[in-house]
Amino acid sequence: MDELTSVFIQEGREQLQAMETGLLELEQQPDKQDNINGIFRAAHTIKGASGVIECHFIEGFMHKVENVLDRLRNGEIALSGELTGLLLRSCDHLGSLMDVLEAGAPEPAPEVKATGDALQAELAVYTSGPAPETGKVVEAESEVLSSGGGVVNTDSWHISVRFGPHMLRGGMDPLSFLRFLASLGEILAMETIPDAMPAGAEMDPESCYLGFEIRLQTRSSKADIERVFDFCRDDCELRILPPNSKLAEYVKLIKELPEDDMRLGEMLVRCGALTQGELDGGLNSQQTGAQATPAEGEEAHKPQLGEILIDQKVIHKEVVEAAVNKQTQVSEKKAVEARLIRVHADKLDQLIDLVGELVIAGASANLLAQRSGQTELFESTSVLSRLVENIRDSALQLRMVQIGETFNRFNRVVRDVSKELGKEIDLIISGAETELDKSVVEKIGDPLMHLVRNSMDHGIELGSVREARGKPRRGTVELNAYHDSGSIVIEIVDDGNGLPRDKILAKAIEKGLVQPTQTLTDQEIVNLIWEPGFSTADQVTNLSGRGVGMDVVRRNIQSLRGSCDVSSIEGAGSTFTIRLPLTLAIIDGFLVGVGKSAYVIPLDMVIECIELNEHEADRHFLNLRGEVLPFVRLREMFEIEEEQPARENIVVVQYAGQKAGIVVDQLLGEFQTVIKPLSSIFRHLRGIGGSTILGTGEVALILDVQTLVQRNARSEEREMSLNAALPRSTAQN
Amino acid sequence: MGTQNRLAIAEDLTIYHAQEQKERLSTALEGADGLELDLSQVGEIDTAGLQLLIFAKREAARLDKTLTIVAHSSAVHQALDFCNLVGYFGDPVVITVHEQR
Repeated sequence: MDELTSVFIQEGREQLQAMETGLLELEQQPDKQDNINGIFRAAHTIKGASGVIECHFIEGFMHKVENVLDRLRNGEIALSGELTGLLLRSCDHLGSLMDVLEAGAPEPAPEVKATGDALQAELAVYTSGPAPETGKVVEAESEVLSSGGGVVNTDSWHISVRFGPHMLRGGMDPLSFLRFLASLGEILAMETIPDAMPAGAEMDPESCYLGFEIRLQTRSSKADIERVFDFCRDDCELRILPPNSKLAEYVKLIKELPEDDMRLGEMLVRCGALTQGELDGGLNSQQTGAQATPAEGEEAHKPQLGEILIDQKVIHKEVVEAAVNKQTQVSEKKAVEARLIRVHADKLDQLIDLVGELVIAGASANLLAQRSGQTELFESTSVLSRLVENIRDSALQLRMVQIGETFNRFNRVVRDVSKELGKEIDLIISGAETELDKSVVEKIGDPLMHLVRNSMDHGIELGSVREARGKPRRGTVELNAYHDSGSIVIEIVDDGNGLPRDKILAKAIEKGLVQPTQTLTDQEIVNLIWEPGFSTADQVTNLSGRGVGMDVVRRNIQSLRGSCDVSSIEGAGSTFTIRLPLTLAIIDGFLVGVGKSAYVIPLDMVIECIELNEHEADRHFLNLRGEVLPFVRLREMFEIEEEQPARENIVVVQYAGQKAGIVVDQLLGEFQTVIKPLSSIFRHLRGIGGSTILGTGEVALILDVQTLVQRNARSEEREMSLNAALPRSTAQN
Repeated sequence: MGTQNRLAIAEDLTIYHAQEQKERLSTALEGADGLELDLSQVGEIDTAGLQLLIFAKREAARLDKTLTIVAHSSAVHQALDFCNLVGYFGDPVVITVHEQR
């Protein structure tokens, strides 16, 4: 695949995404004309670009889509649910066409082609059928109350501008505005109007006397054109007539402008905006119209020019201001986009690898400097290591992306799935700007999709059921993301049915996951859904309920060194919480020692360090300022058979709101840790998250605090249930 | 045709020189029956400059004199062309091969 094609595919997909987002928004707010324009532009860009790379099957298809969008934009066809649905399906088809292109096939496969043909047939209905009543009209038309003559047959904008006298002194050059205007499209004709210029000595060469009548062919919107004149808006008279304006509009224009009517009319004829016949007819009918006394009910035919003008001017200004504001925002956004550069992800990964090596090398240099006892050397290495730290942070920052993009995909999913299920569901997204590592974002999509679908399928009830239960008819699914002590938390909240405790228990017993005699806490029961082969849905839909879901979700998340939890209130909804580390590559670690080995605890999770008192030494918990703090001894856990030192320390760690202590021999301080993943042989090791290389070249193991904390919690629960002395047939392994 | 004055403008036709250039143009126009303008050395022309040319043309017409631009620099030609004023001045314009491309 050549470079051009791959760029097309990449950018085409972005445009496609923009189209889809636009369509979804349009469905919510059908009145937003800007949206249609945006969608149209995206479609047009794809069509144009596919023409450039000579991919005719995309070009042909997009041509059809564009036609429909064009009619939609011009208000010739009204927006309907079916139409947006059709357009969304067209987007999907376009996506598969791009897959075809990406795969390098010359033609789409027959079934893809068949889908395309079917869609084209559906689209054709909207392009060829008689236009329904115009829902939205072109701006200028709605202003015109009169039908002072027919529509002037031109497909270009007419721009009439008179620059104010102070323009030049203000340092602005009208010609440069016009040149910029030319960049929007093609200037078909331009007439310079110097009529305002006085003769002889009165003419001040530093004042501007010029005006221009311009015919511009462009796809830009009125706001775009006006934006060209933004800088001189206060100091110029600008009138813009959209393509195919009514003749009356032109007549109005002629009347409004200071120049002599006939002279100006002539100018318009010369630049091709009007024909001579149209001009004569227009001016005449206007005169007779103005003379006749308008009878009531006849205003529609005989306009009071002045009145309409005033009305229109007022309306016009507001419309313009709104449009301009909007446009400025859009252009600001564009400016931001323009500052981005595309970098291949591999290059970034390579950079991170190198930074990782740099961190290790820096640590070793630091250590040597410390040992050498040379103060100057030590100082310079410490400066160096601070810089390395900064580089590390910025390099990692490069890979951070906002999660919003991933979240936004779900708008479409929720829309489609809720239609399919016949439920009414809104998606609420918050924390879209939360950043996390790109590699994590890529892998989180599938688990999230599973959870969201599950919430919609199993969680949210049908509208009628909801009403019967006294809930609002429309269900909501919330996606929420935020940062919390070195991890990112993603929540999927629904206000549906919650998890049915009894049903889960019954199912688990049926599947042999638990014994009927076992007593389980509510939380334990709810957690059963994570077990392999578990599903409570009465009917298996094609969305979820095949029982392959939750355990796969959990495995995927765990492979990202994350965890997932569920909490649920029956009848009121459930919350799935996913915790993920911010990055997979380098962390700030806290180095501790047990015997001769060193271990790293992620620094974000460390709360404090305290000394372990003698008398607490034989227990597995201690009293931390009135709180019970369970702890584990690394020495016992890893079966280190070395001499126990006189004093031990406890590192207090926190994870997901739970605290635990880790008993170690020595506290060795902060340490920048480049995580080296353990080989797959060690995959089943619990409690160890990876390894790292110390400055001395020794290997240190990184503790998986999450597993440690959970181990603590579990052993506590076990002890409690043992103490409860209830009959149990099998103990949990 | 009577006396022809010839004026070559060597600096830019921009707002910065507009005042003095207007004086020069007016004086040159007054002193003879016609004025030939040589603009081949004009490196830059802006709206003020363009306006001056229009002014000179109009003044000439008003005083029943002639104004001919005998040489255009490419900047001048482009500006006149852009504003569709080549016909208004009615002077022969030399289009170089380079420009045509």
